[in-house]
Amino acid sequence: MKKIFPLVVLLIITACSSGDDTPTPNNGNGGSGIAFDRAAMLTNLADNIIIPSYQALNTNLNALVTSKDNFIATPNQANLDNVRAAWLTAYKSWQRVEAFNIGLAEQTAYYFQMNTYPVNTTDVENNIASGSYDLTHPNNNDAVGFPALDYMLYGLDAIDASIVAKYDTDAQAADYKSYLSDLINQMQSLTQDILNDWTNNYRNTFVASTANTATGAANMFINDYIFYYEKGLRANKIGIPAGNFSATPLPDRVEAYYNQEVSKELALEALDAVIDIFNGTKFNGTTAGESFKTYLISLNRSDLATSIINQLNAARGRIQELNANFTTQINTDNTKMTLAYDALQTAVVLLKVDMLQAFDISVDYQDADGD
Amino acid sequence: MAVFRIGFGLMMCYGIIRFWAHGWIETQYLEPTFHFSYYGFEWVKPLGNFTYVLFFICGLAAFFVALGLKYRIAIIAFFLSFTYIELMDKTTYLNHYYFISIASFLMIFLPANALFSVDNLWRKKNYENIPKWTIDAVKLLLGIVYFYAGLAKINTDWLFKAQPLKIWLPSKFDLPIIGETLLQQNWFHYAMSWSGMLYDLLIPFLLLYRKTRLIAFALVVFFHVFTRVLFPIGMFPFIMIISTLIFFDAKLHLKIISFLKKIIQRFIKLKTANIQTISQYKIAYKSFIIPVIVTFFVIQILFPFRFMLYPGNLFWTEQGYRFSWRVMLMEKRGISTFKIVDGKTGNFFYVNNGDFLTERQEKQMSFQPDFILEYAHYLGDHFTNQGHKNVEVYVESYVALNGRMSQKFIDESVNLYQEKESFKHKNWILPFKEQTPKTD
Repeated sequence: MKKIFPLVVLLIITACSSGDDTPTPNNGNGGSGIAFDRAAMLTNLADNIIIPSYQALNTNLNALVTSKDNFIATPNQANLDNVRAAWLTAYKSWQRVEAFNIGLAEQTAYYFQMNTYPVNTTDVENNIASGSYDLTHPNNNDAVGFPALDYMLYGLDAIDASIVAKYDTDAQAADYKSYLSDLINQMQSLTQDILNDWTNNYRNTFVASTANTATGAANMFINDYIFYYEKGLRANKIGIPAGNFSATPLPDRVEAYYNQEVSKELALEALDAVIDIFNGTKFNGTTAGESFKTYLISLNRSDLATSIINQLNAARGRIQELNANFTTQINTDNTKMTLAYDALQTAVVLLKVDMLQAFDISVDYQDADGD
Repeated sequence: MAVFRIGFGLMMCYGIIRFWAHGWIETQYLEPTFHFSYYGFEWVKPLGNFTYVLFFICGLAAFFVALGLKYRIAIIAFFLSFTYIELMDKTTYLNHYYFISIASFLMIFLPANALFSVDNLWRKKNYENIPKWTIDAVKLLLGIVYFYAGLAKINTDWLFKAQPLKIWLPSKFDLPIIGETLLQQNWFHYAMSWSGMLYDLLIPFLLLYRKTRLIAFALVVFFHVFTRVLFPIGMFPFIMIISTLIFFDAKLHLKIISFLKKIIQRFIKLKTANIQTISQYKIAYKSFIIPVIVTFFVIQILFPFRFMLYPGNLFWTEQGYRFSWRVMLMEKRGISTFKIVDGKTGNFFYVNNGDFLTERQEKQMSFQPDFILEYAHYLGDHFTNQGHKNVEVYVESYVALNGRMSQKFIDESVNLYQEKESFKHKNWILPFKEQTPKTD
């Protein structure tokens, strides 16, 4: 028996090593041989996309504060129009930061205080009536932020003149004014805090945190990005109102429901932001730096990068075909909404399954043996 | 054998404490509202807060095994409690947990307390020799684990595409020295794949053969420590390192034991003089035990080949994948979205998996057909109970395997609520379409 073992061993070794020499198909060079520079990617994200996006939002919120102050001082149609225009500009620039639920934004539940919809109008009215409220309280998440402003600026009445009257001649006009004012000031101050934290503090932490671990900023950012795309964009903006998660469509769940004309504009802006992050395209620019796309290319997965871009653009095309007001779209022809949803969903698969596999990023960090 | 027993017992005890300390009892067994069961073991469920008692019993039993205190009862208690824990939710399935279960089953029948155990003091009897086959049985089990793990690596993805190591290694760029250099190199991925395969196939023989044993053990230590550094595989490497000590001959074991004895004597003075030393341990109920062990090994040897009874790609369908020492073989991820349809009106809605499953459960569910089916039934029952009519459950599932582009996994036209779990082939799994992995 003992004499056989070395023989068996020898046989197997020769059998295998002869296999080793045969030309192996598909061996390419599997990776560039150099680790992708994650720090460069994070730097590009922070300096060229995240911080400029927050700066733009902050600027636009400051403009909103100013126009709001004018409106409160002199409530009339022209000033209401100005506040509305400033609201829309700020809301669009919000779409550019909604995916960045990381750092101080995550700690302070910023996201929930800025854009939880549908707005709970009962809570809003109760707050106004009582005059005492803690806008940061989780129970008030659906009574603050852009959706609450949507209601305050468009939803108080069907006729504009009556809305102006709410802030002017109404018995509670002072309460409406102060709630509108508090909402906008709060949004501006929250955003200012986030922006300050990014520029003075978090930016350097973020850029240095490249580790492929649960707490590495690169991993967290990528996971947040996909989560946002799936939940914040695909589900909230399209899927939920289209009734993909309920027995019947819910046309009153669209973003900016009371405005009635911008839900598509906001969704497109959000999708453009997602595409720009993927490509590493500079805020308000065309040049691109290190990004998920170049990361994939460095892993020899340019095929996947191309598929993702194509699919996101296809989804954009589907949204482009929709009515400017999703509520109208849902009520007239909801299949177009669900087609847009399906196109967005196809990209979820590519991002969540294929891209995370290529990056080898875990969603949980318990023991595993690779099954 | 005694050293194996002590090592095994202590490591298991530590393993249970570690599991507890990580808070995994809560996250794995208490927090989820739904648990994935093994076919035929649907009755095994977490016991609420008694789950802690179960873990306590399991840890205590392991400690008693280490001491050799009431060994037979302790190892039976350990086997039963540990196996029960593993059967509660197959989301946590790991090959090394399975190894622990079957190793403890085998140990029930082995005289691991013959030497250096509290039971010796108790009975005032000590045995110098135990039948050689009892030690060989443990060696055989370890040999099977390694050899079959090696066999499983003989596939084109592993050997000719260096997958999934080509995905995993470059992502460990954080490791000092080798992270940004070696681990990024294509040739290194192949070298690791091939040497891993050869290691697994050969190591049992190298350990058996006296002249290569020391080198083999050095390899064991190196290999397992290296994989521990690279991958989150928990306790497994250490268990294997300790276990392979059993391949060494009695001399080394006696040395270890006398070393341990000295340490113990320093703290406790034990009267060992009146213990009677008997040369040969006689196995009681031999006519019962031998057939049990033979049957056990026949099953162990044949079971991993059951995948041959199923059509299709094993990695894709996973029919016959588990309990077969297929370790670290594939990088597989998926996404499965369930659609609840009213069969009469055609109205439908999608399910948010996060409402029912933990992240880990969702991850495991999304690419394993038996999980998908069980979950589909759970959803069907849930929504029927909620008052939905004519419930039909469909899934849109995409899976990516070893760096290939994701492809559709499950037939979307099949109402899974009508499909039954069985050992038969699941014909609603779409066939695997081979493509060249796009990592090249």
